[in-house]
Amino acid sequence: MAWTRRIFALLGALSLATPLQAQPADRTLNMAVGAPVTSLDPHFHQLSPNNAVAAMIFDRLINTDGQARMQPGLAESWTAIAPDVWEFKLRRGVRFHNGNEFTAEDVVFTFQRVPNVPNSPSSFAAFVRPIRNVEVVDSHTLRITTNGPYPLLPQDMTNLYILDRETHQGVTTEDFNAGRAAIGTGPYRMVSHRMGDRIEFERNEQYFGERPAFARVNYRMITNDSARTAALLAGDVEFIDQVPTADLTRLRGDQRIAMSEVTGLRLIYLSFDHHRDEASPFVTDAEGRPIPRNPLRDIRVRRALSMAIDRQAIVDRVMEGAGTPTAQFFPPGIFSFINDFPAQRPDPEGARRLLAEAGFPNGFRITLHGPNDRYPNDGRVIQAIGQMWTRIGVRTAVEAQPWTTFVARAGRGEFSAFLIGWGSNPEGSHPLRNLIATPDRERGWGASNRGRYSNRAIDAQLEQALREIDDARREQLLIAAQRAAFEDVAIVPLYIQTNIWAMRRNLQHASRADELTRAQDIRPAAAR
Amino acid sequence: MTVYLLRRISQSFLVLVAMSMIVFIGVYAVGDPVEILISPDADQMERERAIQALGLDLPLWEQYGVFVWRALHGDLGRSFVYNEPALQLILQKMPATLELAFGSMFISVLIGLPLGMYAGLRPESPGSKMIMAGSILGFSLPTFWVGLMLIMVFAVQLGWLPSTGRGETAYFLGLQWSFLTANGLSHLIMPAINLALFKISLVIRLTRSGVRETMLMDYVKFARAKGLSPARVTFVHVFKNILIPVVTVVGLELGSTIAFSVVTESVFAWPGMGKLIIDSINVLDRPVIVAYLMIIVLMFITINLIVDLLYSALDPRVRLEGKA
Repeated sequence: MAWTRRIFALLGALSLATPLQAQPADRTLNMAVGAPVTSLDPHFHQLSPNNAVAAMIFDRLINTDGQARMQPGLAESWTAIAPDVWEFKLRRGVRFHNGNEFTAEDVVFTFQRVPNVPNSPSSFAAFVRPIRNVEVVDSHTLRITTNGPYPLLPQDMTNLYILDRETHQGVTTEDFNAGRAAIGTGPYRMVSHRMGDRIEFERNEQYFGERPAFARVNYRMITNDSARTAALLAGDVEFIDQVPTADLTRLRGDQRIAMSEVTGLRLIYLSFDHHRDEASPFVTDAEGRPIPRNPLRDIRVRRALSMAIDRQAIVDRVMEGAGTPTAQFFPPGIFSFINDFPAQRPDPEGARRLLAEAGFPNGFRITLHGPNDRYPNDGRVIQAIGQMWTRIGVRTAVEAQPWTTFVARAGRGEFSAFLIGWGSNPEGSHPLRNLIATPDRERGWGASNRGRYSNRAIDAQLEQALREIDDARREQLLIAAQRAAFEDVAIVPLYIQTNIWAMRRNLQHASRADELTRAQDIRPAAAR
Repeated sequence: MTVYLLRRISQSFLVLVAMSMIVFIGVYAVGDPVEILISPDADQMERERAIQALGLDLPLWEQYGVFVWRALHGDLGRSFVYNEPALQLILQKMPATLELAFGSMFISVLIGLPLGMYAGLRPESPGSKMIMAGSILGFSLPTFWVGLMLIMVFAVQLGWLPSTGRGETAYFLGLQWSFLTANGLSHLIMPAINLALFKISLVIRLTRSGVRETMLMDYVKFARAKGLSPARVTFVHVFKNILIPVVTVVGLELGSTIAFSVVTESVFAWPGMGKLIIDSINVLDRPVIVAYLMIIVLMFITINLIVDLLYSALDPRVRLEGKA
């Protein structure tokens, strides 16, 4: 709701006059998130808001830290004892909220439940599919055999929340939502749940990990951006996520408010029609006549379109600084980041030359599609890109649509060029397999490769990487495959979004690249 | 009367059937729920499984058939997102919306009727002119803007009222209501006023024109000539007669307030049906959208029926026609 945001931005100056409000020193944390949590069943719907709440109630074998690195969770260690066998040593003395002890049998039970949750609109089944056999060595040791060498098993385990064999036998998603079954080993236990409105938690005093700072948490969902900011300013909540970029300048200047920011794992990029040799549906020549061949198949054209874009300007002016220009999937510090591969600098002259070389000295016309309600400022970003393309002679019409219609059409390959985002797991094979690899149902590759890019050499490199257990060697293979994809302009990376939280100044937050908003990451601030 | 009722009910049933078809086909035409709901990194097998799990692999007429068959058994389908019966989800949210709608109705009648009476009885006084000018504001200011202004002023600047959400609730008739607790009431005030603004203006204008029209009627002149006190003329003879249009419009407005308080509910994060429906539309949760619209159609039909019955209670002429 862009208009509401603008009004709030206008009102910004006014609210600075408000006196500082004293915070009561009780131990309940009031926080608000921007996306509704739709289920407390940790295996029902693979969705970030649900995963955030699951990470408060439950634990995974392998947890992740703020930089998405693996940390011991319910498993204390894991090693590949053969290329296709992983041994997990489980933590002893962990109890579920109802007192039941956590054992290896619970993991086996969880693996069995995951693919069998009825009516799931997006299940976690893919994470257990590579598993061929699970052997319980003793009550706290597991050996997992995979179908062939599978280096990603630990990564997959960071997505699965572990349930209790005794408690969760035969429970339904409704049992979780009603609270009867929302029983895990995590740092918080659920007290009450009002669907789409709020969830109340209290601290799990027996938690094996770091003790959460707040005894009680009131976890509210306020989906309207302006209302969420207002609730923070009014002091009704002390912490919010998904801070709208229009409010950033003003919140940064507010003495009562502190911010927490981190470069995330969500890449915003452009995708092209690689599929059609003949005419592409939204491309015509400079006079508006159809072009018999698809110019986007020519790497010089793709390169020119990428060179035309001033990413820094988009980040600074449209995104209010809430992004980092990039030429690849990941920010520095993530496994398989390419060190010597900086973001493309804008070069309209060079772009024009490349277009002329490719046989389009007068450019051509194209329609750039994108969503207008999915990513921060998405509609305005494609407008900016349209202007930049027009400047090099590619006359661009821009069409922004609601996500619900956009994504279905993009999936059917109806567009010639479009903007979309991708939230990665911190491992190069994840975006490569989904966005770059040739679509292949049997292997489950390229399911989100909406431009139908296909490059057999990259497929082969990926195939090899997915069988390489040695991390260092796998990283080199993944870097080579990514480099090949970006040099061939399979997609045009634009920027990586910054995740932003805002809070009252008496709090501090450990930011997370994975966008999850969890109460255990919030503590009272050290004196400022 | 019975014949009349039966005729109305059979008409209503036809409307319901027609609506269900329109809604179903309309919702079917928009987007692909699986694309929206599924995790982006789901592979092709997982996508096929989800399509099947949600029953989207069937052709449209078969999906409709399944829907009608279940609806006849009182089951309006299961939410894709929440995996709970759509009807139950909506009914859970209903008390929040109902108290908001009735709260705003109460405010609009409480403020609108006296102001409208005053403006009608003394049309030339400066007070009346101010009231009428104010009512134009009530009509023309957009709800979301007024809502945000209310929040900025009363919650952020003055800190008198909570900015958003529904407060503490208490049980009454087995349901949770927030107007029974002080905290709940403080949460209710702003959204209720926001929702009432338009209706206050409406009631003022209806009442005023009603009063002005009625004052010229023969029976009012006769009542005056009889020597009745001005108060009795105003509050018995005039008041009763202007109520008819007011009741009609307020009744219909109540329906649309319950059904479409979407903007207010989303600005104030009020966990009612309006917020549920907008969230459901955003993720193409088809069963909830369809069930919601069916309930709304049913509600409008019922309200219209009740208004018609109230009419005959208030206006003897309608009763006479009914018998003839």
